[in-house]
Amino acid sequence: MSALAVSPALAPGKAAPYVIAAYAVFLAIVLIYVAIMARRLARTEKDVQQLKRELDQRAAAAEHKDEREPVL
Amino acid sequence: MTTFGRGLRTLVLATVLTIIVALALVFFYAPLDADQGFIQKIFYLHVPLAIVSLCGFVFGGLLAIGHLRTRNRAWDMRSYVAIHMALIFGVGGLITGSIWAKASWGHWWDWSDPTLTSFLIVLLLFATYQPLRFSIEDPERQARYASVFAVVAAAFVPLNFIAVRLAQQFVHPRILTLGGGNLPGSMRLTFLVSLLGMALLYATLWKYEMTAKNARIQVRRLRRSLLGDDSVRPLGRSAAPS
Repeated sequence: MSALAVSPALAPGKAAPYVIAAYAVFLAIVLIYVAIMARRLARTEKDVQQLKRELDQRAAAAEHKDEREPVL
Repeated sequence: MTTFGRGLRTLVLATVLTIIVALALVFFYAPLDADQGFIQKIFYLHVPLAIVSLCGFVFGGLLAIGHLRTRNRAWDMRSYVAIHMALIFGVGGLITGSIWAKASWGHWWDWSDPTLTSFLIVLLLFATYQPLRFSIEDPERQARYASVFAVVAAAFVPLNFIAVRLAQQFVHPRILTLGGGNLPGSMRLTFLVSLLGMALLYATLWKYEMTAKNARIQVRRLRRSLLGDDSVRPLGRSAAPS
């Protein structure tokens, strides 16, 4: 005989905390995952910004160098 | 970013919509189980999580075959993300299963049940994937060994499933069979929508992580080619090809 057959159904009032807990665990797992991914995405965005800044600085420096070179 | 994330928005919308419909069906449409009562509502979460997790492991193995055939490390990264996602879903399945077991059987775990024990074995097997992977420094070897492991471990999943199905002693009810199972129509519909929602969630998160990884790789490559920067942050514990 299976364990399911011998275990009586829990009353909805007693079963509800277990059902809520199961769905809450699932929600928590998804939220934690999305939060971790959002943090990584923010880091990538920061890297893109930094890359853009460095490129702008380089472009500005090159322009400045061109201006200072004497025209023959 | 847009190229890698193509279709992601549609996938997210489809996932959210399906999950909302599934939850509505679970709590407002599917009847209460005659034996289990309200606690059976966990079935619509726990079983899809476990099925999607096992399919995810097999999916990871298939992607690893792609890597072994082509030597293209993009396939290895896809396989890595697929297994990583499947592990997360597997842990979810294990925890929700334990909660259901506690409510239903009176204890969190039953070692005598082959379904539970075999699922744990599969999960632990794939839990060794990451330590194995990151214990190898050479990226090429790391990808190759991880792919071989993923293929072998993925082959273990259906074998394990068949072995469990053949087992005589079990506590887990056999609800889904090739003959259509013994779920009434409304419960079966609810279950199938829940399964679809979970599969879509897996696909969405897989694509989301792949998009994020690809974006990161592109930034790194751009930095190298535009700035000739050698001080680009090391890959560390990442499966991403440099």
